[in-house]
Amino acid sequence: MTGTNTENTADNGVNVEALIGAREALTEAPEAAQFKWRTSSKWMNGTHSKTTISSFFGLGEEQSRGKEFSVETDHPEVFAAEDNAPTPVEVVLAGLAGCLAAGVAAVAQHRGVQLRSVEATIEGDMDIQGILGIDEEVRNGFGDIRVQFDIDADASEDDIKAIVAQSQKRSAVFDLVTNPTNVFVNVN
Amino acid sequence: MNNIATVIIGAGQAGLAMSKHLADRSVEHVLLERGEVANSWRTERWDSLKLLTPNWQSRLPGYSYEGNNPDGYMDMKQVISFLDKYSERIAAPVECQTNVHSVKPVDKGYLVSTNRGEWQCEKLVLANGACNIASVPKFAADLPSDIESITPLQYRNPDQLPDGGVLVVGASATGLQLAMEIQASGRQVTICVGEHVRVPRVYRGRDIKWWMDVAGVLDMDYQEVDDINRARRVPSLQLAGSENRDTMDLNAVEAIGVRKVGRLAGIRDGKAMFSGSLANVCALADLKMNRLLDTLDEWATENDMDRKVEEPHRFEATRIDEKSTLGMDLAAEGIKSVIWATGFRPDYSWLDVPVFDRKGRIRHDGGVAEVPGLYVMGLPFLRRRKSSLIDGVGDDAKILSDHLHSALYSKAA
Repeated sequence: MTGTNTENTADNGVNVEALIGAREALTEAPEAAQFKWRTSSKWMNGTHSKTTISSFFGLGEEQSRGKEFSVETDHPEVFAAEDNAPTPVEVVLAGLAGCLAAGVAAVAQHRGVQLRSVEATIEGDMDIQGILGIDEEVRNGFGDIRVQFDIDADASEDDIKAIVAQSQKRSAVFDLVTNPTNVFVNVN
Repeated sequence: MNNIATVIIGAGQAGLAMSKHLADRSVEHVLLERGEVANSWRTERWDSLKLLTPNWQSRLPGYSYEGNNPDGYMDMKQVISFLDKYSERIAAPVECQTNVHSVKPVDKGYLVSTNRGEWQCEKLVLANGACNIASVPKFAADLPSDIESITPLQYRNPDQLPDGGVLVVGASATGLQLAMEIQASGRQVTICVGEHVRVPRVYRGRDIKWWMDVAGVLDMDYQEVDDINRARRVPSLQLAGSENRDTMDLNAVEAIGVRKVGRLAGIRDGKAMFSGSLANVCALADLKMNRLLDTLDEWATENDMDRKVEEPHRFEATRIDEKSTLGMDLAAEGIKSVIWATGFRPDYSWLDVPVFDRKGRIRHDGGVAEVPGLYVMGLPFLRRRKSSLIDGVGDDAKILSDHLHSALYSKAA
């Protein structure tokens, strides 16, 4: 409904040309597409941990971003904890929200759709009988996760839905919460 | 050793259409066919399969359906007879029972070795089909050994399956058709649903293929497509050629009792794990179908067709069960067989020519391979969206035979 002449006017702050360029380059050099993401965490006390995030590997070499981020996790008082920080599962939901919103912005820009606001609220169901070991049949992780998007943009309702659907299709965090992943834990 | 200008490998619709165009251009050629004309249609299809395209759409260069049921769908016998007659009518120079063992580049051409001798040619056309091998995910090897594992190339009818539950992996044309007939045979079917393309069989009173034909959707050129590599990987439309023209979608298969789960993500310790992306792949397919219908409606209005067809409407969204299962203990659920309806790919194992990309696909530009004198036909979206249809090989053969012909005769200059 916005016509085809808007493709160069939408600015959601995403450098789509660079992404498309990277896609073409990595199609020819798939080894450069192999990334490794890393975090290092340190237990503080109780259920409180502090994770630092800095370098990663990608495009065939170590990538130093010259700064360090930190994410803290703890548990709320109903778990008899000190509630210094969000629970780890809330951080996972934050990761899902951030990943989907980034995808929405990129897909919208690629389709020439100007976004005015994108808000997402996420709720994940959890039966804590799993983590407490009360019922072996209850899984530890989320039951269902529901994402509610409110998006104001220059596009029809169906076009917005298609952008959100495409964002899920291309989302790393959506994939890792919906599909199994091998996890190897070693102790030094 | 036979010397000839052009060898075509495969005498199905693509090879025959090319043969017709080469004959029209007086290019000497031979078709090498491992079996008989229309061999894949004869030997690698299940019993109930009918063409997904209506009879009127079976059009080849200088030949088309001549029966009295233009809106019906050919069964395999009819397809074989249709292609047999075409082969006779154009007097295609087919060498049957000629199995190609290897193709090697030689000076100014190719050496084709078969069980019936060698052919050396300047130009080589690969028309051996897009569906020679069933693509099966690696984790198929993790299936417990007491569960039967079969591909659609081996499947003929439900009678060959053990009694008990059946897991059908894949929900495109093949997966849905097999799910329906196996469920109807009294076996409980569970279907694993990844990305798929949903379309109605009939829209506004006309076959969806009619709409896609008249509105130019099937003629879409590969150079006009935003991302041709992606377009070439799009799964087959969820269609079946049934006489009553029923729509075959996930709602329809669930209505007869088939259980729907997410994409099969892996098998471990006898447990199948399904992706939680089911709601999204269904939403993607519904949205994409509606975009197609919007395009068709716009075409109808622009072309004054609105009063000649029924009113526009939309179909019920794919029903999503909030409690769709994420894991299944295959033994406990009584699963006795798994059918891998996870796509097909061509077999080029005999092609000893450096023309492949890292995924084993031939590098080509609209059928003109990236090595001299080599052409490929019949692949999805080779030149147009219809390239893999019987109706599509004629236009491709016309353009590629022009290219081949001028390449043959420009060398002298």
